[in-house]
Amino acid sequence: MTDPGTAFLAATVRTATPLALAALGEVVAERAGVINISIEGVILAGALGATVAARTWGIAGGFAAAILGGVALALVFALFVLWLHADQIITGTAVILFAFGLTGTLYRALFGATGAALSIPTIGPRRIPVLSSIPEIGPAFFDQPVPTYAVYLLTPLLWWWMYRTHSGLALRAVGEAPAAAQAAGVRVRRLRLYAILFGGITGGVAGGTLVLAQVGTFAEGMSAGRGFIAIAIVVLGRWNPAGVAVAALVFGAASALQYLLQALGLALPYQLFLALPYLLTLAALAGVAGRVHAPAALARTDEF
Amino acid sequence: MVDTQRRSYWFAVALIAVLVLAAGALLAATGVDPLRAGQALVSGSLGSWYAIGSGTLVRATPLILTGLSVAVSFRAGVFNIGADGQFLVGAAAATWVALLCRTSASWLVIPAVIAASAIAGAAWAGIAAVLRTRFHVLEVISTLMLNFVASYLISYLVRGPLQEPTHVYPQTSSIADTARLPRFGPTTRLHLGFALAIAACLLVWWTVRFTAAGFRLRLVGANPDAARSAAQIDVDRVTTNAFLLSGAIAGIAGALEVSGVTFALYENISPGYGYTAIAVALLARLDAGAVIATGILFGTLETGASAMQRDAGAPSVIVSIIEAGIILALVAVDRVRFAATLNGASEHRVAAE
Repeated sequence: MTDPGTAFLAATVRTATPLALAALGEVVAERAGVINISIEGVILAGALGATVAARTWGIAGGFAAAILGGVALALVFALFVLWLHADQIITGTAVILFAFGLTGTLYRALFGATGAALSIPTIGPRRIPVLSSIPEIGPAFFDQPVPTYAVYLLTPLLWWWMYRTHSGLALRAVGEAPAAAQAAGVRVRRLRLYAILFGGITGGVAGGTLVLAQVGTFAEGMSAGRGFIAIAIVVLGRWNPAGVAVAALVFGAASALQYLLQALGLALPYQLFLALPYLLTLAALAGVAGRVHAPAALARTDEF
Repeated sequence: MVDTQRRSYWFAVALIAVLVLAAGALLAATGVDPLRAGQALVSGSLGSWYAIGSGTLVRATPLILTGLSVAVSFRAGVFNIGADGQFLVGAAAATWVALLCRTSASWLVIPAVIAASAIAGAAWAGIAAVLRTRFHVLEVISTLMLNFVASYLISYLVRGPLQEPTHVYPQTSSIADTARLPRFGPTTRLHLGFALAIAACLLVWWTVRFTAAGFRLRLVGANPDAARSAAQIDVDRVTTNAFLLSGAIAGIAGALEVSGVTFALYENISPGYGYTAIAVALLARLDAGAVIATGILFGTLETGASAMQRDAGAPSVIVSIIEAGIILALVAVDRVRFAATLNGASEHRVAAE
């Protein structure tokens, strides 16, 4: 029924959705000068939150809990980075470890070690009239679960906010020259807190999307490096929301490639395809990392 | 000064106490008796000579070495969080060489196995080192990506070219006796690797502290700009060497695990040693000698956690929460800093201690 091209595009968009959500949150945090590598843990927390809540309160409750879980973890990160002036990268690493231990413990405690018979309600694709009947790309882009449409809305909105509003300018100023921004009356720490928490929201939704729109269950460590890829996507997208969305699609395509190539019957080890997104990240970073301008204050531990 | 220092330590102790209590409460909430779990943790790791030698110290060996690997790189201002991947490729290279030397019964087999793992680990770290110095790719991201690639590589090897002859299990054949490390007695599982790990720590400690190369490493880590301008040090060269050494040490950890404990390669051969290693190194304040003690501490915790899961039904991953707490307490107190910038990896700064 569906031709391989459409299936490939649809898989691309599906894989790209959680990556884009996580990366759009991360781009805001990084533009404020904070690199939050614990977004990996935020996704995990969101995924577990969604799993637990969706069984009782359905899809909406699942997403609400995903956001709550993501924000709670982002708050831990923010506490250490903004108030205790701890190193962002080490704090991020520790928060990932924390999230891994906490979600693993809670999951095993709540559902047992196997968790085989977890039935969680999932959302199916929602077809958008007219747009979905565009030949070739329509079914792939406009017959997806709701979180994908959230990305379509969030991307231009964030772009507009970041480059066309006063508070967006303040955010970028905080990431470039926090001392100057402070002097100009911007409340640096508060803005950074909001930026980190925004990353918690979108990262949580990314985790919720994994569970409620894709996998249908929780697995320990199911974020599987998506948070790290999201950070790479931010670099590739040159800290611009529009670029980030495009970079996420490229990664979705790299992951979806395995289905396409396996369908074509290529006799390559499947592990190569699984490793492809990570290899592509390395290659792409080597290509752009030296030539792009990161927010000047990124990862610096300032006393604000 | 002394006052803030003391207050900081109290903060660290309080944070860890809170996390231990929280973990206990979490266990209680899930129907596990926290006291019984705690008892299982202690008796399973320290309760008998067998538990200490064959459990805790065996588990501590890879943690000491990967902790040393992390400490060396952090000291030079290189944020290598890829010790897990380097461990895996080291284990793979060790297994490969051990299987090649199946028929030769020479004392050279074990040195060859260890050398292969060191080269593989260094090469794996070398990819990230080149990406950092040539292409300004932040090593935090590159080493993490390489961890994932390494685990898929192992998955391929144990289901492909290195799979055992019957092609049933996703693992290699067992390595020959000549490639296995001697043990400290007939009744213990403690192998020579533990002594090698301690020797490696002491050697690195002495090198960092008393040699010119060690001085350059510390200088570059403390202030790369000053090292470059005032001391005329080739910063990229020092950081690259530290990166390679770090990878080699993590690779050797993989070899010792294969030759001393598992005798074969399989997918989940590392339960995240390279990540725990970060806590090991930070708690040791990046001191190569202190890594011995902190490695044994984390070996105790993890061995105890397994016993806790076995005997008290408490999930062993709960230990990750405690480990995270220790790292967080330390970063808040010690202000270990890696203000890396994505604009240029050569701008890395670290002010450890």
